[in-house]
Amino acid sequence: MPLELSEVSDPIAADQEYLWTLNFGPQHPATHTTLRLVLTLDGEKVVGAVPHIGYLHSGFEKLGEHLDFNQYVTIVDRMNYISPIANELSWHHTVEKLLGIEITPRCKYVRTIFGELMRLHDHLLNVGAVALDLGAFTAFLYAFQQREKIYDISEYASGQRFHSSYTRVGGVLFDVNNDWVEKVRKFVREFKPVHAELHRLLTRNRIFIDRTKGIGVLTPEDANNMSVTGPLARASGIVRDLRKDEPYLAYKDFDFKIVCARGGDCYSRYVVRMQEMLESIKIIEQAIENIPAGPINIDAVTDITLPAKPAVYRSIEGLIQHFEVLMPNRGFPVPLDEVYGATESPNGELGFYIVGDGTVRSYRARTRPPSYIHFAIFPHLIRGHSLSDVVAVLGSLNIIAAELDR
Amino acid sequence: MVEANTTVADLRTQFGNELTESSFRDNHRVHVPPEKALDVLTWLKEQRGFDMLVDITAVDYLEYPDATDRFHVIYLLLNMTTKERLIVKVPVNLPDAALPSVVPLWKGADWMEREVYDMFGIDFIGHPDLRRILMPEEFTTFPLRKDYPLKGFGERHNFPVLTRAES
Amino acid sequence: MAVGMPENVFLTRLDAAANWARSNSLWPMPFATACCGIELMATASSRHDIARFGAEVMRFSPRQCDLLIVAGRVVMKMLPVLQRIWQQMPEPKWCISMGACACTGGVFDTYAVVQGVDRFIPVDMYVPGCPPRPEQLIAAVIDMQEKIKRTGTLTGKEFETRTTHMGPQPFDVDELRRMREMVPVEGLTIYDPPKLN
Ligand code: SF4
Repeated sequence: MPLELSEVSDPIAADQEYLWTLNFGPQHPATHTTLRLVLTLDGEKVVGAVPHIGYLHSGFEKLGEHLDFNQYVTIVDRMNYISPIANELSWHHTVEKLLGIEITPRCKYVRTIFGELMRLHDHLLNVGAVALDLGAFTAFLYAFQQREKIYDISEYASGQRFHSSYTRVGGVLFDVNNDWVEKVRKFVREFKPVHAELHRLLTRNRIFIDRTKGIGVLTPEDANNMSVTGPLARASGIVRDLRKDEPYLAYKDFDFKIVCARGGDCYSRYVVRMQEMLESIKIIEQAIENIPAGPINIDAVTDITLPAKPAVYRSIEGLIQHFEVLMPNRGFPVPLDEVYGATESPNGELGFYIVGDGTVRSYRARTRPPSYIHFAIFPHLIRGHSLSDVVAVLGSLNIIAAELDR
Repeated sequence: MVEANTTVADLRTQFGNELTESSFRDNHRVHVPPEKALDVLTWLKEQRGFDMLVDITAVDYLEYPDATDRFHVIYLLLNMTTKERLIVKVPVNLPDAALPSVVPLWKGADWMEREVYDMFGIDFIGHPDLRRILMPEEFTTFPLRKDYPLKGFGERHNFPVLTRAES
Repeated sequence: MAVGMPENVFLTRLDAAANWARSNSLWPMPFATACCGIELMATASSRHDIARFGAEVMRFSPRQCDLLIVAGRVVMKMLPVLQRIWQQMPEPKWCISMGACACTGGVFDTYAVVQGVDRFIPVDMYVPGCPPRPEQLIAAVIDMQEKIKRTGTLTGKEFETRTTHMGPQPFDVDELRRMREMVPVEGLTIYDPPKLN
C-alpha cells in the first residue's frame, strides 16, 4: 500500500538528523543511462529526492545551429535513441512546416509506418526494462527479440539498423519496396503472439502487480500542471494524443483508439504502453496494405529534394539541381520566421521550435524533450514510497538520458 | 484559429496596445513587454484556461537580421480543453536579463526555467531553486548564447589524465 | 620424456595459465551512457548472446570487473565519474572504447563532449561505428582475449611499462584551434546591446 503523502510531506521532516542521504547514480544499472538522484531516506522511506542531470549533455541544440536541415537529422536520431526515427519524423515535420512543404501521400504512409514501428520499439524496451528492474529477466529477452526484428526492418529500408537517418526534407532517403512490405507484414503477424506472451508473463503476475500498483500516482491535475504528455498523461486519465488532436502525417486515415487509464500509477503506465502497442500494430496493418503508389519525394524542381539518380547522370539540369541542393552556400529558400511543430513521439509530445534566418541552417533549433519534462516530476512521484520503488517509478517514466540532457 | 485571435484581441483590450501579435502557419504569437509578462500569463491561465505550459525556451537574436532585442523568452501555452495553442514572446536584454518566474502558475516551469538560465543566463526572479541544471556548477559562461563558440573555449579538455602506471 | 607423465596432467607456464583463465572469463563493466549502451544491451540479449564468449557476467560494480566497456559519449560532467570508476577497478583491467563517440567524440564535436576517452584513461581496444554492430563488439571482445593471451603476465608486469595512456597520442586540436582562429577568452566580444526604441 502506498503511504499517505501527508505523513511525510511535512517540510521540517526533511531536515531532521536521523534522515540519511543516499546517492543513486550516475552509473547505476537501474538508471539504464546516466542520471543521478540524491535521495533523503527515513529508514526505507524516501522523503526527498533531488535529481541531478546533465551527465550526458552534449550540446545538441548548439549543433543544430551549425548543421543544415538535412544534416541535423543524424543528430536528432541520437536524441531519443530508443525510437530514433520518431525523432526524425518530428524534426522534419517541423522543418516542412517552416518551409511550407506538403509531402507526398506515399511518404506520409511510409513515415507513419515507421512512426508506429518506433512506438513499438520504445514500448517494448520500456516494458522489458521495467520488468528487468523488478527482477523479471524473461520479459526483457522476449521484448528484445522483437526489437531485433524492427531493427531489421529499418536496416532494410535505410541501411543502418540503429540510427537510420531515414527521413529527408520533403521525403525519405530511399523508397521502400515490396520486400520491405513483406517484412513488415511478417513482423505484424509474428508480433501478436509475442505480445500475448508478454501479457501472460507480466500483466497478472502477482509480484509485478505488487511492485507497481499504487506506486508513483500522478493525478490528472498535476499532470497538466507539470506539462506531462504522452503515455504518462494518458495513464492518468488525460485524453490527449497529438495523432488525434492535431493529426499529422496520415493518421487521419486510420482507425485507432487513444489508450487511457485512470490509475495514474506505474501499473497503469505499463498497461497503457502494452495496449498502445496493439493500437500501433493496428495502424501498421491498415497502413501497410494501403501504401499509395507514386513518388516518395516531393517534386525535385522545388530545389529541396535531390533529383532521381537517372536524371543526375543523364541530364545537365539534373546534375545542376543535384549540386544546387548539396552545395553549402545554395540550397532551398527558408523564410525569416519561426515555427513550433510537434508530433506524438512514443514518449510524449516531442516538439521543435525552429527559427529560420533565411539560410539552410536553423538559427535556433529548440527541442521540447518529453523525458526532460517527465523527469522533473520524479521527486513528486516518489515522495513517501520506499527505496525499492525508485526503480519502478524510474522505469515507468521511461527516461532516455540523451533526450533528457541533449 | 478564430479562438486564438479573440484571445489576442481580448488581451489587448485588457493590457493595452503594446501587445502585438503575429502568426506564421498555425502558430499564433503575442509579443508582450517584460513588465507585463507575469500579468499576461496569469490572466491567460486563469481567465483563458491555458492550463498547460508546453515549453519555455529562449532565442538569442544577436546575429539575427533586423533584431532589436537580444533575447526573446518564449512561452508555449496550451489550453487542454479547447486544444488551442498560443505562443507568448517576451523580449529580454542584457545586462540584467531577468523575468519573473512562472513556477507559481505552472509547476512544470521549474526545470524549463532552470534550463533557460543555464543556457542563456536569463534570471527568473522568484524561482525556488535557480541553479545550473545541465552544465557543471563550475561553468561560468552560457553555452547557447551566440557569442559562445560551438567547440567551447577548451573546457572540455580541462581534466587530469590517468595513466596506466597511476591507476 | 623419461619419466612418464600421468594422463590428465599437463605442463604450462603460470603466465599462460593465468592468461587463459583471465581471457575466457572477462567480466565487463558496462559504462553505458548513450545509444551505444542499447547496442551493448542488444549484444547481451537473445540474438547475439555475448555469453558464448564468456563475457556475459555484466557487473555494475567496478570492484568486481576487469573489462571496462565505455559505450557512448562521455561529457564534461561524466568524465570524473569515468575516471573514478576506472580507478576503482582492481588490476588486471582492460578497457574497450565502444563507438565513435567514446573513441573520438564522433559527431558531437561540441563544447561539452570529451573528444575521445583515451585522452584521459588508458584504452586497449577501439570499436568504430555509430553505433558498432553487436558483431563488432563481439569481435572486439575476441580480440581483447587474444591480446590478453599474448601480452598478459601473472603479476601484471605488462602494465608497469606503460607510463602513459595507451593508444595513439591525441593531438590537441582544441589548443590549435584556439590559437589559430578563435577569439581568445579574455578578448571575447562582450555584447553591445542594440538600441531600443
Ligand atoms: S557512437 Fe553513435 S551510437 Fe554510440 S553513443 Fe555516439 S552517437 Fe550514440
